Amino acid sequence: MNHSEVSDKTTLGFWVYLMTDLLTFGVLFATYAVLKGNIASGPSAQELFSLPFVLTETLILLTSSFTAGMAMLAVHHLKKNQVFAWLSITFLLGISFLAMEVWEFNNLIAEGHSWRTSAFLSSFFTLVGTHGLHIAVGLLWMIVSVVMVWSRGLTPFVSSKLARLGLFWHFLDIVWIFIFTFVYLYAHV
Amino acid sequence: MQQFIFGKLTLAALPHEWYTIGATIFMTLGLIGAVVFLTYFKRWKWFWEWCTSTDPKKIGIMYIIVASLMLFRGAVDAALIWAQQAFFSTANTGLSPDHFQQIFTAHGTIMIFFVTMGFMFGLMNYIIPLQIGARDVAFPFLNTLSLWLYIAGVVFINLFFVIGGDFAATGWLAYPPLSELQYSPGVGVDYWIWSLQISGLGSLLGGINLLVTILKMRAPGMTLMKMPLFTWTSLCSMVLIISAFPLLAATLLLLFLDRYLGMHFFTSNLGGNPMMYVNLIWTWGHPEVYILMLPSFGIFSEVVAAFSQKRLFGYRSMVLATIAITMLSLLVWLHHFFTMGAGADVNAFFGIMTMIIAIPTGIKVFSWIFTMYGGRIIFASPMYWFLGFISTFTFGGMAGVLMAIPPADFQLHNSLFLVGHFHTMVIGGALFGVFAGITYWFPKVTGFKLNERLGKSAFWCWIIGFFVSFVPLYILGFMGATRRLDHYDAATGWQPLFITSAIGLCLIAGGVALQILQIIVSIKQRKQKADANGDLSRLGRAEADPWNGRTLEWATSSPPPFYNFAIIPKVQSRDDFWETKLRRSKNQGIRESEYEDIVMPKNTAMGIYLSAFIFLVGFAFVWHIHWLAIAGLIGSIAVVLIRAFDEETEYTIPAAEVAKMEAKK
Repeated sequence: MNHSEVSDKTTLGFWVYLMTDLLTFGVLFATYAVLKGNIASGPSAQELFSLPFVLTETLILLTSSFTAGMAMLAVHHLKKNQVFAWLSITFLLGISFLAMEVWEFNNLIAEGHSWRTSAFLSSFFTLVGTHGLHIAVGLLWMIVSVVMVWSRGLTPFVSSKLARLGLFWHFLDIVWIFIFTFVYLYAHV
Repeated sequence: MQQFIFGKLTLAALPHEWYTIGATIFMTLGLIGAVVFLTYFKRWKWFWEWCTSTDPKKIGIMYIIVASLMLFRGAVDAALIWAQQAFFSTANTGLSPDHFQQIFTAHGTIMIFFVTMGFMFGLMNYIIPLQIGARDVAFPFLNTLSLWLYIAGVVFINLFFVIGGDFAATGWLAYPPLSELQYSPGVGVDYWIWSLQISGLGSLLGGINLLVTILKMRAPGMTLMKMPLFTWTSLCSMVLIISAFPLLAATLLLLFLDRYLGMHFFTSNLGGNPMMYVNLIWTWGHPEVYILMLPSFGIFSEVVAAFSQKRLFGYRSMVLATIAITMLSLLVWLHHFFTMGAGADVNAFFGIMTMIIAIPTGIKVFSWIFTMYGGRIIFASPMYWFLGFISTFTFGGMAGVLMAIPPADFQLHNSLFLVGHFHTMVIGGALFGVFAGITYWFPKVTGFKLNERLGKSAFWCWIIGFFVSFVPLYILGFMGATRRLDHYDAATGWQPLFITSAIGLCLIAGGVALQILQIIVSIKQRKQKADANGDLSRLGRAEADPWNGRTLEWATSSPPPFYNFAIIPKVQSRDDFWETKLRRSKNQGIRESEYEDIVMPKNTAMGIYLSAFIFLVGFAFVWHIHWLAIAGLIGSIAVVLIRAFDEETEYTIPAAEVAKMEAKK
């Protein structure tokens, strides 16, 4: 089996995995949709969510998708230094996003609105938190990728792994669009 | 301090009931026996080579062995249920209600997740690469990981006997609020959650693996419409696995979060909605039963064609029917809870969809029968299992169509009629398929057939025993008997029916005993035959194709070489091997190709290590040992990274060596 056949299989396999991950998020979205009105004695979505804050998060994440795309272009053109640069920027944007999210969660908990307060809050923390965990995994993957590029160069082996990282990162961006829409925007509808 | 190190784990978790002590002793003896055996026969290196193998043939055999062990445990659970209902249900002795509930929960969980899934993955791993003319599956490392995650799940579900003493007492799907912390405060439900989460991950990865294998690794010339039916139905089953198992994983996660972090998805207070769980778990649960059933349908398609010596009737319709069943199975889940109150309109939709799914199933049944018509039928034991399946499955299927009508279901929901129905489907459908497949492919794996006489006797015990066992349950269900009760009032007069059912179980047990005897006798007979021929290693080319098979797996030796095919075949038609034999017999020569270098994956222990760390994470979550969860997570990540950086996962066999190995056959 030559290299392009192997890479074919692995790419298909990764896409299939991404679709299963999408289904997992689907369950979390469906659960949020059903339970978001069950606020018990706690706050509702409208009371809690600040759109300017979330808009900032969204712009950061969307930009990081752009920079990830630039990194993939650099991989394609075998420009190792550019790959380092663009991946580092993507990482910084990603970690800023995560920091903002952690700050938001912290704030909510400090005000007494934790995941134990109501079904709505359980669903919110789980949906957004699962996305955040995926982002954290992506960030770790980016660090590992930089190490791999640094130690092995942009070989076909390394490049195909970076391609999958790119897919993963864009996938998380798409999921965030859905979160932004159905969790935050809908709260104010 | 003690709480930090041990979480909720205390000495009280060690066995102190008769059944936990008994099971612990039994498993310990078994383990000691295995260690003694391996040491005495100096087989540790051989054992480790098997464990770290990436060969789907070896992985398949390991799945089947573990599944057989779990079949034994599930059957013991079944025997306890039968005994309780037949002999103790009207008395004051017998199993306690709580213990009884744990037993039927374990019985269902084990039979579905660890027996049937194990047998199916075993057969698919061994046979699918051979049927499509490939040497391996798409992702050999993921394959060994899937096996070891499955084994980790098996260890997990047996671990509660040793540490914890408590299993879920909630039924095999653990509905909340009963499965929430408030009503199940012990570790039982947590053991249930994590054994399923871990083995479920293995199943999901296996689904991705086999899907990509079938789509990307077929031999040149084998278009989708030239694939054998077993491969087709397995492909559809894999599509269902990747669609459904993420739903199970997410739902188990939510239940876990309720229990571990005090969330309120399904609690009975603060906004939780237990009905959401029922919906979510059944959107997985219904596709799951088709995941179990479709490969079985494929096995029967192979068996009917081979033993009618005639090609399968209506190949195209069979494929379309299978695809239709696959898609429809995603649209019927609510028929598992018509009584939950969704209302007449919703119930009507799902009732109609459920009835519609009987149509493509019926197409398959008729196609099998039409395959037989006009064929020269050989009544070998796989054909017996097929005929047993046709009668039983149709019978149980009709019961299902009856329950698809919501007003009827309101009377029959959660009655013993339902229990009869689904056992008919899994035993008559999935399990008989497994037996047919194992008998049919046994000579491919080992080089010799199973003893036919014992196989047929086992079949008769099974089918008569099955009807004696389950027809009483259908009758009891009609009379209003509710399921999952350890106690039925003597005034009902139902005890004779329960006793009849228990007699059926004894017959089935006889069938199982005959099957075990069959294996022993077959091995003995093979030794005798080989001694007569003088040489065990050359039993003649005829053994490669003992049933005069039609599909590619029979083109290899029995057992096949570890690389399956020295030369990847070029496929020209359906049932290509059959056509090849016809061409050979007509002396239409086949151009022999040159041998090429063969690249094979190396053995790896990373699947074992990763599963071990994931196991530790699960264990830590059950017992709330936070540091262990973090350690397990870090260990898992470390193993993944080590594997990710490994570029030397394959080795090459030079063409000359391939030629030598082929010449020795």
